[in-house]
Amino acid sequence: MRHRVCLTVNGKAEEFDVEPRLLLCHLLRAYVGLTGTNIGCDTSQCGSCTVLMDGKAVKSCTVLAVQADGCEVTTIEGLAGADGLHPVQQSFWDNHGLQCGFCTPGMIMTAVEILERNPDASDADVRHGLEGNICRCTGYENIVKSIVAAGTRATS
Amino acid sequence: MYPNQFDYHRAASVAEAVELLSSLPDAKLVAGGHSLIPAMKLRAAQPAALVDIGRIPGLSDISADGDSLVIGALVTHASVADSTAVQGGCPMLAETAAAIGDIQVRNRGTVGGSLAHADPGADYPAAMLALGAEITAVGAGGERTIAASDFFVDILTTALADNEVITSVRVPCAAGGAYLKHRHPASSYAVVGVAACVGLDGGNVASCSIGINGVTGKAVLADAAAAALCGGPASPDRIAAAAACVGEAFDEPLGDLYASGEFRAHLAGVYTKRALAVAAERAS
Amino acid sequence: MGRYVGTSVKRVEDPRFIQGKGRYVANIQFPDMVHVAIKRSPEAHARITRIDTSAAAAMDGVVAVFTGQDFKDGGCGSLPCGWLVPDTKVPDRPIVVTDRVCHVGDSVAVVAARTPYIAADAVEAIEVDYEPLPTVVDARGAMDEGAPLVHAEIEDNVSYHWALGDQEACDKAFAEADEVVEIELVNQRLIPTAMEPRAAAAQWDAAAGEMTVWTTSQNPHPIRLLLSAFTLMIPESKLRVISPDVGGGFGSKIFHYPEEVIVPWVAREVGRPARWVATRTESQMTDSQGRDHVTVAKLAMTSDGTFTGLDVETWANQGAYLSTFAPLIPTALYITLLSGNYKMPGVFGKVHGTLTNTVPVDAYRGAGRPEAAYLVERLVDLAAARLGRDPLELRRQNAIPKEDFPYQTPVAFLYDSGDYDRLMATAADRADYAGMRESQAAARAAGKLRGVGVVCCIEASGPAPSAVAGSLGSAVGFWESGEIRVHPTGQVSVFTGSHSHGQGHETTLAQVAADELGVPIESVEVVHGDTGRINFGMGTYGSRSACVGGSALVRSAEKVRAKVLKLGAHLLEAAEEDVVYDQEAGRVHVKGSPDRGKDFGELAFAAYTAHNMPEGMEPGLNFVSFYDPANFTFPASSHICEVEICSDSWEVRVLRYVAVDDVGKVINPMIVEGQIQGGVVQGVGQALTEIGAYSDDGQLLSGTLLEYAVPRADLLPGIEVDRIETPSPHNPLGVKGAGEMGTIAATPAVANAVLDALAPLGVTHIELPLTPERIWRAVQAAGNGA
Repeated sequence: MRHRVCLTVNGKAEEFDVEPRLLLCHLLRAYVGLTGTNIGCDTSQCGSCTVLMDGKAVKSCTVLAVQADGCEVTTIEGLAGADGLHPVQQSFWDNHGLQCGFCTPGMIMTAVEILERNPDASDADVRHGLEGNICRCTGYENIVKSIVAAGTRATS
Repeated sequence: MYPNQFDYHRAASVAEAVELLSSLPDAKLVAGGHSLIPAMKLRAAQPAALVDIGRIPGLSDISADGDSLVIGALVTHASVADSTAVQGGCPMLAETAAAIGDIQVRNRGTVGGSLAHADPGADYPAAMLALGAEITAVGAGGERTIAASDFFVDILTTALADNEVITSVRVPCAAGGAYLKHRHPASSYAVVGVAACVGLDGGNVASCSIGINGVTGKAVLADAAAAALCGGPASPDRIAAAAACVGEAFDEPLGDLYASGEFRAHLAGVYTKRALAVAAERAS
Repeated sequence: MGRYVGTSVKRVEDPRFIQGKGRYVANIQFPDMVHVAIKRSPEAHARITRIDTSAAAAMDGVVAVFTGQDFKDGGCGSLPCGWLVPDTKVPDRPIVVTDRVCHVGDSVAVVAARTPYIAADAVEAIEVDYEPLPTVVDARGAMDEGAPLVHAEIEDNVSYHWALGDQEACDKAFAEADEVVEIELVNQRLIPTAMEPRAAAAQWDAAAGEMTVWTTSQNPHPIRLLLSAFTLMIPESKLRVISPDVGGGFGSKIFHYPEEVIVPWVAREVGRPARWVATRTESQMTDSQGRDHVTVAKLAMTSDGTFTGLDVETWANQGAYLSTFAPLIPTALYITLLSGNYKMPGVFGKVHGTLTNTVPVDAYRGAGRPEAAYLVERLVDLAAARLGRDPLELRRQNAIPKEDFPYQTPVAFLYDSGDYDRLMATAADRADYAGMRESQAAARAAGKLRGVGVVCCIEASGPAPSAVAGSLGSAVGFWESGEIRVHPTGQVSVFTGSHSHGQGHETTLAQVAADELGVPIESVEVVHGDTGRINFGMGTYGSRSACVGGSALVRSAEKVRAKVLKLGAHLLEAAEEDVVYDQEAGRVHVKGSPDRGKDFGELAFAAYTAHNMPEGMEPGLNFVSFYDPANFTFPASSHICEVEICSDSWEVRVLRYVAVDDVGKVINPMIVEGQIQGGVVQGVGQALTEIGAYSDDGQLLSGTLLEYAVPRADLLPGIEVDRIETPSPHNPLGVKGAGEMGTIAATPAVANAVLDALAPLGVTHIELPLTPERIWRAVQAAGNGA
């Protein structure tokens, strides 16, 4: 049994014919060819696969593609605007917020939501807000710095 | 990982969902999917069909009804945590919702899904017990209301029939409540979660309830501890004495690699003490 | 010095990562690709009595199913071990087992299918009957009389015994000691958990007989060598191995794994490109794991606190098979570090490498050195407690004085340079150690469990030299290649045999090359991770890339400069001794006349036009160097950690973490600090949250990230990083390794802090990780019921 799924991915409406068991992360990677959304675990722990679904950060490994039918999905590839990098992307670059880069797309997408909820997020707010994202390289220090710096709170 | 194959049906109404559940063999409901999909990815759950209730209208609202809040089954944890109505009327429930998983999980996971899954480490059950919530479900025989204290039956088991669908939860408001959890460092589930409600009359505790999850297969009410606190002031000594009674609530504490049942029971006492103190503070 | 080295140049590799354009193996797609999935053993030790693949093979979308026999018949060799100490017993490690599984996760059968979903279905449809065999999982228990044998032919489950040090001096130290402190400890099993699960892809060109393999490796050239000579049996000239962007390694991606053979073999067999991507669950049960020691040790000292001897016996769990470098880790990277940063004449250590029904154990960030540091630094704290001395002061008393460098330890190493007293003084100053102790006293008076942990740790980074490695059991060399290809326009391509999987080599090595040549960094590209583009290399591990890989580039740059200088002199019609190479400007000019000169680009172009070359000079501007270092480098660190423990729920809260490191000269401070920070959190993870646990019957109890607790962002409040610099005297950059120091120091720093906090309760030892329950139980056992 296959199902038709309509999605707007990074502003572009597309239709897909999928098995109901297909996960959103696999649809994005294998059907749309957007491989920036990485998969780092099986159990919804690591957050590498985070995308925005109708503007909210979700773990795309824990969403069936059929559940996303009709939704707008933004992936890391769709974050930069015509005028260049998204401020969070720029801040990760400026503050050495990444090393191997694998968790980075998920970190950045989560950071967008953290700052949307609280543009004035403090260091502690960000550490708490990243509870669903794992980085094994950076010790989080510069990820936190990047996100705080991309918000309205001046870093000291 | 990759779920097994299944048929997928999107229900347009609760009635249709009930009918699909009744007619399809080995069918499961899915809403946010944040309990079910991880289990399906590990192939620990292999349903033959999913009935998606995620888009049924009318189940995603939070409304006030007298001294209670009625929370639709499809309301996400994030919506509960962010709701000013919940924060104002029942701060403990907002606190509980905010303690679940992480931002991404809270954006997808639903109240109804979490309750129906009844994971021992889930956060809502303790709060629902302590608050005296009522779960409304619709099945083939129509609608019924189940008290939270009757709802949680065993590990991953509730009083719901196979073809029943949770539609809402009615939660009595309580100012004097608090939920505190010891978070599992890997899974983020509650190793122990304690929801405490305290009502004061004058300087004395007039009512008290304590729900605890994480320790045993199902969330439980620590009635002896709650009773011990009533009838006197919520002083640190009396709170400590009450908290010392929580052990009576646990038949068979569960253990895992991180925390044995014995330690969970110990933590339950500690967290009960803390939750009672915060709840009493909020009640005054 | 030049423009770039020593400055925090922003990473040139970042734009692709922050935009989701990382080139990871899992992203490689071919239209006709098959997806490979592997049937894993659920049993830790069992005989296979039946495998039935018929149902799987019949499934729609399944292209092929293979068993171990197919791989054997198809010419695959067993996985070799690349480090053999004397008399090592090496169990056979087939690519896919045929009749017996030895650990949970062992490969049993292989499926190739049209989609990964179908492959997973097919794996589930393969029927395997197991006849369970007795299991052993404990490092020391494996040697017990009557313990089940992991491999019948290997007596007592002992792969090797190894010892090093001056036993006579050690015995003498203990005979004459005023005080002796003893410890028995476990350095627990860890699962590396790089965020990118391992993956492999392959494309076979039947007409040309050429195979291309993409793999998540830290060292593609050694993998090609092993594939060619031992496992896949395709000549190196016909085999290209590419490690594109790799999402973290921490050692776990050094080794040669079965899947690197399975995937190309399947691709050739089915005539279609193939790809396998591990699930996290699969990674946890198949990536080589780390540490897992049981150790008994004692430290001898005089009554004034002078350390005189250290005696160590360790049982090192090697798992079910010997992973590629397994015997190296608990021998030449562990016993050799037991002298720590201290003057201690009588150091002696012996180790027993044992086999168990667990996932193989090999290098994990620090690899041997964290095990040594944790042991030594725990003993030093016990010594301080015994003598009633301040632990920092006792360390400073015993530290090797800076004038003693180079310092020969009793356990083989010749430390190159260091100033441990200044290092500790800097840490104490930065942390306000005295103030910390004062607030600890106040906190204790108020009934709080506050602790301060201090450590001074040594690392040996950049394994070297090759001849010595060979004499110690290595099957490979430890040099590195670095090629500088100057293009006719003056653009520069740098080819390094080291590999970046997060370390930022595309930036750091570009800084080195740009300064060495005096060209803008924008005109330098760094190429790594492709045997088709880089002639050879040893890869990245052991914090070696700057010391060894960077030095190779310096040598090549010297050759470029020499040729450019000669060519410049010729074109300027001046004698060679009358011209200079201005490294700041990237220009050759006549001495004293900066205007009379030629830019680097002009000279590069001239080298390629070759219209006017000096007598005997060949055209072109391309040099490669193979740098074999004279010695390891010896970074050091002093970290100070302050914790508070909740006195009823026993959670540990880190209040402050101060890391002062000496990694020699620093090429890019931003990147080095990032390495230290990341390393620290991994070390704190070992101290507080992480454990790869097995049940007695060999089931992995922490097989997913629901159980295995990788540190999250809120584990630490932040890390304060500082450094001193004692340049390494034996490499041209003066650098020492920076990748592992944080991890090495952090575990004992946190452990010492926690045990310091618990000292008033009479607790002297708790096995890692220091979870609330373990602390609770230790407090109870010490007679302080809680």
